[in-house]
Order: sequence, then C-alpha cells, then structure tokens
Amino acid sequence: MTQSVVVQVGQCGNQVGCRFWDLALREHAHVNKKGLYDEALSSFFRNVDSRKSDGGACGIGGRIQHLKARAVLVDMEEGVVNEILQGPLREVFDSTQLLTDVSGSGNNWAVGHMTYGSAYREQIVDKLRKAVEHCDCLQCFFLIHSMGGGTGSGLGTRVLSLLEEEFPEVCRIVTSIYPSAEDDVITSPYNSVLAMRELTEHADCVLPIENQSLVDIVDKIKRMSHSGKPGLVIKRDSTIISGQGGLSGAEKPFDAMNNIVANLLLNITSSARFEGSLNMDLNEIAMNLVPFPRLHYLVPSLTPLYTLADVSVPTRRLDQMFSDAFSKDHQLIRADPKHSLYLACALMVRGNAQVSDLRRNIERLKPSLPFVSWNQEGWKTGLCSVPPVGHSHSLLALANNTCVKPTFMELRDRFTKLYRKKAHLHHYLQVEGMEQSFFSEATNSLSSLIEEYHHLDATKGRLMPDAPRLSIAR
Amino acid sequence: MSIVTVQLGQCGNQVGHELFDLLCSDAQQGQRKLYSTASCERFFHQTAHGELVARAVLVDMEPKVINQSISRAVKGGRWRYGESSHFSQKQGSGNNWANGYCVHGPRHRDVVEELVRREVERCDRLAGLMAMMSVAGGTGSGVGTYVTQCLRDIYPKSFILNHLTWPYGTGEVIVQNYNSVLTLAHLYQLSDAILVHENDTVHRICSQLLNIKHISFSDVNRVIAHQLGSIMQPALTADSHGVYSRNPLGELVSALTCHPEYKLLSVCTIPQMSSSSIAYSAFSWPGLLKHLRQMLISNTKMEEGIDWQVRPPAGSERTRSLTGPSFNTSLANLLILRGKDVYSAETGGFEDPALYTSWLPSEEAFNLWKSPVPFNKYEKSATLVSNSQALLRPLDNMVGKAWNMFASRAYIHQYIKFGISEEDFLDSFTSLEQVISSYSQLC
Ligand SMILES: Nc1nc2c(ncn2[C@@H]2O[C@H](COP(=O)(O)OP(=O)(O)OP(=O)(O)O)[C@@H](O)[C@H]2O)c(=O)[nH]1
Ligand SMILES: Nc1nc2c(ncn2[C@@H]2O[C@H](COP(=O)(O)OP(=O)(O)OP(=O)(O)O)[C@@H](O)[C@H]2O)c(=O)[nH]1
Ligand SMILES: [Mg+2]
Ligand SMILES: [Mg+2]
Repeated sequence: MTQSVVVQVGQCGNQVGCRFWDLALREHAHVNKKGLYDEALSSFFRNVDSRKSDGGACGIGGRIQHLKARAVLVDMEEGVVNEILQGPLREVFDSTQLLTDVSGSGNNWAVGHMTYGSAYREQIVDKLRKAVEHCDCLQCFFLIHSMGGGTGSGLGTRVLSLLEEEFPEVCRIVTSIYPSAEDDVITSPYNSVLAMRELTEHADCVLPIENQSLVDIVDKIKRMSHSGKPGLVIKRDSTIISGQGGLSGAEKPFDAMNNIVANLLLNITSSARFEGSLNMDLNEIAMNLVPFPRLHYLVPSLTPLYTLADVSVPTRRLDQMFSDAFSKDHQLIRADPKHSLYLACALMVRGNAQVSDLRRNIERLKPSLPFVSWNQEGWKTGLCSVPPVGHSHSLLALANNTCVKPTFMELRDRFTKLYRKKAHLHHYLQVEGMEQSFFSEATNSLSSLIEEYHHLDATKGRLMPDAPRLSIAR
Repeated sequence: MSIVTVQLGQCGNQVGHELFDLLCSDAQQGQRKLYSTASCERFFHQTAHGELVARAVLVDMEPKVINQSISRAVKGGRWRYGESSHFSQKQGSGNNWANGYCVHGPRHRDVVEELVRREVERCDRLAGLMAMMSVAGGTGSGVGTYVTQCLRDIYPKSFILNHLTWPYGTGEVIVQNYNSVLTLAHLYQLSDAILVHENDTVHRICSQLLNIKHISFSDVNRVIAHQLGSIMQPALTADSHGVYSRNPLGELVSALTCHPEYKLLSVCTIPQMSSSSIAYSAFSWPGLLKHLRQMLISNTKMEEGIDWQVRPPAGSERTRSLTGPSFNTSLANLLILRGKDVYSAETGGFEDPALYTSWLPSEEAFNLWKSPVPFNKYEKSATLVSNSQALLRPLDNMVGKAWNMFASRAYIHQYIKFGISEEDFLDSFTSLEQVISSYSQLC
C-alpha cells in the first residue's frame, strides 16, 4: 500500500491538519480492533519504537507502539504549533517535523513566499525529504493552507513549487481555504490571487473550500440538532462537524468547520487505505478529473452531513445522499454545480453500498446534470467497504465544474478594487524579490483561467455534433 | 491438457476468483469421475496432500485485491491459489493505460514471465493461456496488454484467449473509452480470440433474470463465471470420439476465429434464474434452443425482451439491403449443450445458412459441443459463443465516444506523460475503425 505526506502551512493549515489527525486516529481506532500496525494505518502513520536507540520504525503486522503522523508542520509564528504540542496530539508529532518562526507573515503573501520562502528553503526541503524517506511508496502530498493570510498562502505555495521541484513524480493535492467576502484580513484578495497563480501552475489538483460555505453548513447542522422535533434526533457523533470520539476535548472556534475539511480528506483517501469492490487510488483522481492541466479545481461536496438517529428507510436514505451531493447547500464552495457545466465528476462511496446503488443513482441524476459534449458519461466511481465513524455510508463528490468561475470572478473583483487604489501595495513591494509585475501576472493568470471556464460554459446546452469519424480505405 | 490463467487488475482478479470457485464446485458435484478429473486437470493441479491449486497467476499493481482473492479462496476451503504465484506492487496504474503498458508492464516483465513459466511447466500439456482483465482501468488494460504481448513472444504456438470485461456504458472510469480503444487495438494483433462480457448486460441479467435487488460485483462476477465455466468445462466435440475434448482453447479458436479480421466473441447462456426458481422450472431442449436461436439473430443478450419479429433475410434480400438493421449476422457460432437428454437435442436451427455470411459454408461456421453432465445446478443448459455483429454497436459506441474526446484533446496529456503519443492514438483508432467496418459489412 502507498503512503501520503501531509504538509500543513500557516494557522489555518495547521488547525485543519490537527483536526484531520485527530479524526484519522479516531477512524483507525474504530476499524483496527487488534491493535496491530496494519497497511491501512501505514498510509498516514509511522509506527515507532521509542525503546530502540535509533527510534527505528516497526514493520507492518507488529503491535502499535507509537504512531507518528506523516506530516510536516510549518508556521511562521509559534502560537498554533505550540498549542498542538501542548494538546492531546503532541505524541503524534516529533520536533523534527516542525518548522516555526516567531513573527508571522503579517497577512502578506510576499513575506511568506519571498522572505520566509528563501530563508527556510533548505530547512523545508530537508524536513520534506525526511518525511519522504520514511515512506516505501509515497503516492501523494496533501498540502493544507488558507488563501487569505500570509504564511499559508505565500509560503504554502512556495512549498508547493518546492514539492514539484524535488519530487516531481509525486502527486500534489492541495486543500485551499478561500476567505469569505467579510474576511477580516483586508489584504486577503491580494494574497488569494497571488496564490491562485501558483496553484494553477504547480498543483495536480486543488480542492477549493470557502469559509462561508463551512459556516453555513455548521449553522445548519446546529439548527437541525437543536430543533428537537421528535423523530428527528441527530446522533451526536454522526455529524460531520463532530469530533466526538477523538482525542481532543473542548472545541475551539474553528473546530466544527475544520472537522468538515478533515472528513473530506479522510474520505478522499479512504479507498487508498481500505479495501472495497471498486478501489479508487489517489492517482486516479487527477487522471479522471483533470482533462486539461490547468483546469484542476475540483469542487467537493460531502453527504450525509448528519445522520438521523432513526434508521428507517435505508434505500431512500442512500438515494437522498446521492441527490444531496449535487444540491447547493452541500457544496464546500458557494456554487451551484447543477446549473453549470460538468467536465467530470467522481463519486466516492464508503460503507454499505453496491454497484447497483451507483448505477441506479447515476441513471436517475444524469438527466438533470449538464455534462460537456465530449464527456457525456464523465463519471468516476469508487466503492470502499469501510464507512466513516458513526455512519453506515457516506459519499464524497468531486466535481470538475465551471461553477468555480463565479468564485474566481468575485475574487478578482475584490482584488481589482484594492489594486485600483494601490491600497497596501507598498507593504508588498518593499519585500525583497517582490515586483509589481507579480500582481499583473497573477491577475492575467486568473483571468485566463476564468476565460477557459467561460469558453466551456458557452458550449453548454448547445448541441455539439459528433466529430466526424476516421474513414477507412477499403 | 491444461489452461494457465493470468488474472490482471482488480476486475481480472475478482472475476478470476469467481471462475475458479465455480469450476471447482461444479466439478465436485455428484459422482462424475471422468468429468471431474478432466476439469481438475484443466484448471487445477493437486499437491501431495491432495489440495487443489488453481493454475493461475495473479497480477495487480496494488496489493488489496489480490490479498482478498487469495484469502477468500483459502476461507472457501475447497481450492486455493499457489503460494507464490502472485505478483503485486503498492500503487495501481491510476486508470492510465499508458502507465500500465509503458511503465509497469516493462518494469515487471521478468517477474511475471517467470511466474507464468512456472505455472506452464507444471502442466503435463499446455492447451493455452487465458488472460482475464477489464479494459477500463490501467492495470488490467495496460499491463494486461503488455503481458499478452510477452506471452505471445514466449509461446508463439500456444493459443491465447483474452477474456475482457467491458465497462458500464454510463461510465465508471472517465477515460474508459481511451483505455478500451488502446487495449482492443493492441490485443487484436496479439490474441487468438477476444471473449467479451459487457457489464451492462450482465448487470441486467442479475436484476431481471436473477432478481437480485442489491447487485454487487460478486453477483455480476458469478454470472460471468457461470457463462465462462459452461464454455470451459469438459465437453464432447464432433471429433473427440466420445471422450472429453483435450484442447478447449484450441477448439474454441478454430471453431470461431478462422479469419484474423474477426476475433470478437460474445456469449449468452440460457436458462439463467434465481436458484429458488430453478426447482420449479422444467426445461425442454426445443424450447431452450428456440429461444437461444432467436436471441442470436435478434442480438438479445439475455432471455428477456426477445424480439420475435426478426427473421433471417431471404436469399434475394441479402444482396439488396446487406442485412436488415436488426438482424445479427454471424461469422461462426459454437453451441454448447450440457445436461439431461443432451443427445436428443435438435440443433438444426443453428445450421441454417441464412444465419451466416455467404463466404463461409455453414458446416464450417457452426460447431456443437455436448456433455451429458448437468452444469452448475441446471438440469439443462445451453451456451452460445458467437462471432457475430453482436458486439458491433457497443464497440462503435466506445470508439465514437473516445473519438469525440480525442477531437478536443481532453486527457491526452495524461497519456503523453507516460510515452503514448497522439499518433499512437490515431493508429489505434484506425485499426478499430477497420474492425468496425469489417463487422458491419458481414453479410
Ligand atoms: N476554516 C478555517 N479558516 C481559518 C482558520 N484559521 C484561519 N482561517 C482563515 O484563514 C485566513 C487567514 O489565514 P491564516 O491561516 O490565519 O494566516 P497564516 O497562514 O497563518 O499567515 P500569517 O498569519 O499572515 O502569517 C482567514 O481567511 C481566516 O478566516 C481555521 O482554523 N479554519
Ligand atoms: N464485472 C466486473 N467488473 C469489474 C470488477 N471490478 C472492476 N470492474 C470493472 O473494471 C473497470 C475498472 O478497472 P479495474 O479492473 O478496477 O482496474 P485495474 O485493472 O485494477 O487498473 P488500475 O486500478 O487503474 O490500476 C470498470 O469498468 C469496472 O466496472 C468486478 O469485480 N467485476
Ligand atoms: Mg498566522
Ligand atoms: Mg486497480
């Protein structure tokens, strides 16, 4: 089996990452009853025997000694990482996996990307190499960061291009948290647009997530669980925002939101970790969902967001889960994929579901979903037999859909508003290595990306004739 | 004589497991010494302790599926796979034919060849090789094609049959049509015969004939195994003089693929029903054969919704309109009857020259195998392996969809990365258009 390394950068990256490790431990503890270090665990964790002088790792099949996350934690301030080191997850990380500075990037992409990127380049590569050396078959890097601040966005995207340079063969999947319109970081549009160019050029896949969507989902779940209608009892540990059963106790402000992202990462990797009748490995994601190299933004949606305690009509619930995955309020960005154009779509099902459930639901949903003319059957499916903790089944949909366009356009508008006034520009330009041309190149890159989606959108609903077939000389 | 099976990729390994399970349980039913011995010799070898070990090599680029197939066989307790006749890696081919064919295949060539060679050496006499795989993924399709090519080099005189599972039309792998086109175009040059199961068809059999509500891949695979088993189990052929035929692959190939342009074989079997219904049903050979014949000429792949209007064209219509749109012209058919009163079955309906192309005499175009031993719980059962236009439409769809995608150059960069160029695609398209054109001009 293969391994993945998680690289979490900045406050947001580390807080989301932290929730991921907590829930990953919970999931494996739930599945792994024997206490043995198995293949599934090895995909994200090393098993280290601290009694051995070399701190050497123990092989597959032995007892679990100390689980160490395959992770590299980077932040340019100490607060978040220190908190992790004092919390229940401290055992999971070694000091050698951490890299911090004291002052942060001050919400400035240029400081993260240029200043810290150059200062810490060697150390970062060094830590990445160490993590990679512990893997016998590294398949994927998961980079987690926010777009709005300075460290995650600036240094995070610097790390991305280092990954490409150093480990070109290894797939790079980036989870990017986009700021909401009311974000308190004033420069977040600058940071996001500058980061977008890097993502477009250096990532294999990007999973864009908007904080506003996370907020909406959390609010909705909380409303539902407090509504207290009889028969509508929601099991506490089965909502996607719950961390129950994990190591961490009291919940912090972002925890509920971050648990959603953590679940996304668990589900996307489930088929690589556990068996199923139709496996979907991580290298199949880009292969199936990215028809053109730059168009690699995959909109995630997760269902069910909660489970009602009464388990009455299992098939209906299963079908509802499929319908929900395409509804607006289950998307992790504010977008409506059903009314935009699908280039490709993956359905990753976990738990008690069979190929007939997939077929039935695809047949049922297909007529209402517009697909690009050359990919009318653009479905990729996976069946993993192990459900998430607290659920009998779950579905993660990843859509390569032109519905990302409005999000990107809105971002460009916010950027333009600031940029026209040259607001805060000098903070960036005074950073060594930063030039004004970076701003124009970044907007050009974003605009051409928007344009590419726009062209595809324009083909929607138009009847495209089949390409004339090759004729054969007889 | 024995057959060595190579199971490749998730599908190949899951279908293969189901096939061996069926062969073993069918052979061990009842007191039928000769049948059972002949079947076992074909597909298993026996250890000193009397254990049955499948003559199979398991290949995948990831470990999970193979581990599961091996341990399931062990749990079943009746047979098992050879201790060291499997090869897996850590990371699959990512649904990329080019990754399987250009990277994984060549990299692991020696190991896989060695495993097959060991299995072949264990056979007193080799009837041929069967490679089982899907065409939609990366390992079965890409590595499978590469391995078939290697086997063709090492065993130039042996029969090689490829058993292919074609994907659901509504897609499970987005690049499935690319992978299928590349696989089929290459195998057409290498294989003696290509036996196809379409997942859509088998799925419909599960739901409409077997009444299964929640259809799993195991259900689908059991149907495939049943149909394959009914072809592969021992039978008496026209010139086997009352003993079980020695070389099922060789005879299959010579019965069905006499012309290198025509290698695609489809299968249908009747009856197929849930085990609870079998007990309440009585079958007669005339009834079964009448249905099966109509299924053949109307190209209905299961015994449900058969179009009884379709008739073979009369001699004069033939030249005028080529063949009618709904009539399925055959190049060759092999009918296999198993069960009670098999010698009384009247098969003249399949010898009708109107069913076949004009350029092959119907005595050559039709072959019949029989066995008095009931197969897999059915008192009577009839299987038709057909080299006809039956696969023309799905093949044409596959090529058409791949071509549309290719016209916009979508996903091509993923293949170029591993060394497959646009020209390679064009070559594959060209050779399949040739196949399509040949089959559509059958008359
Ligand atoms: N979902 C989520 N968003 C967060 C979290 N922490 C911060 N954010 C968002 O991330 C953006 C700010 O970026 P941070 O990650 O805090 O900044 P940073 O990467 O540490 O960079 P500097 O602080 O400038 O060094 C804002 O849009 C916040 O709303 C979190 O834990 N979860
Ligand atoms: N009938 C049947 N089809 C299957 C089964 N498993 C997978 N498939 C089909 O096989 C295709 C996917 O190919 P796989 O065999 O899973 O791929 P692979 O050969 O393992 O290649 P990679 O995973 O890409 O390395 C799809 O069309 C599936 O419908 C099975 O057990 N039975
Ligand atoms: Mg910070
Ligand atoms: Mg596979």
